[in-house]
Amino acid sequence: MPSDGAHPVTGEAIADHLTNIPHAAALGLRFHDVTEHYVEISLPYDEKLVGDPDTGVIHGGAITALLDNAAGFAVRVPGEEAEPIAIATLDLRIDYMGPATPGREVIARATCFKRTRSITFVRGVAYHDSPDDPIATCTATFMTGTPNSTRPLTGRGGVRPAEGTG
Amino acid sequence: MKFLNQLRAEGRVNDLEALLDHIPYARFIGLRVHQLGDEVITELPPQAHLTGNPNLPAVHGGVVGAVLEMTAVLQLIHDTDCERLPKTVDVSFNYLRPVRSDTITYGRATVTRQGRRVANVRCELWQNERDRVVANSHGHFVLAPLDAHQPST
Repeated sequence: MPSDGAHPVTGEAIADHLTNIPHAAALGLRFHDVTEHYVEISLPYDEKLVGDPDTGVIHGGAITALLDNAAGFAVRVPGEEAEPIAIATLDLRIDYMGPATPGREVIARATCFKRTRSITFVRGVAYHDSPDDPIATCTATFMTGTPNSTRPLTGRGGVRPAEGTG
Repeated sequence: MKFLNQLRAEGRVNDLEALLDHIPYARFIGLRVHQLGDEVITELPPQAHLTGNPNLPAVHGGVVGAVLEMTAVLQLIHDTDCERLPKTVDVSFNYLRPVRSDTITYGRATVTRQGRRVANVRCELWQNERDRVVANSHGHFVLAPLDAHQPST
């Protein structure tokens, strides 16, 4: 994703963004829903993502990518025209509550809990039917800044420039 | 038949490369593994479809997490006799530096504590320089040891 230009967090912008992230495209991530409170994207079931051939359950890595992307989108205020912003994931914790059901799409909902000048705190949940019946939950912390104020991206000790891709 | 048992029957249960061949997701991200004595080193070759940020380019955070998680699981399988794959309970990833997707990434895990049912595993990834860790993790995994009742999870 380009690191300049305004990025209103609309469904169209998220869908467009997902097609421009090679790994999101490889996973088939899709926009699902956006409200003023949360962003949702979905991961379709695919046999190539199976992590345990005994059960057909998809690998946690695919769920991690889904939650990571959803959390990154939640850093910006949904619906608002935003200033250019650089986003770097500092950390991401995933709790696996139960296996995803083989053959079913997984939805991730991410909610921002707090935005400070440089740090944003996001939580997320991956589910099939209801966020109250989670497959996995996540807590993510992001560092934000305008592209110009961000440390050199490739320099020693530079932050990981995720631009909402986690 | 559980595929770990199948590999065991074929005398290949300690062949982690054969094990990865049986896991579709491992093939999807192109993960490889090297066994150097009792050391298990994973290797993620550069691949365009793993990119999460094309500007750098950097590996997607989800793939970075997956490699950390799989490296931990491979180390556990190497260290223990498992009935089936260890299950991840929770895992915490720290993204320390850009993980370039045009560069090979290596991983190495350490089992910090192994109980009968649950293990705590730390893991770290590096690229060109072993001492420059690009990402690390710690997590808990439920084991399914061959000689114990299977966990209910």
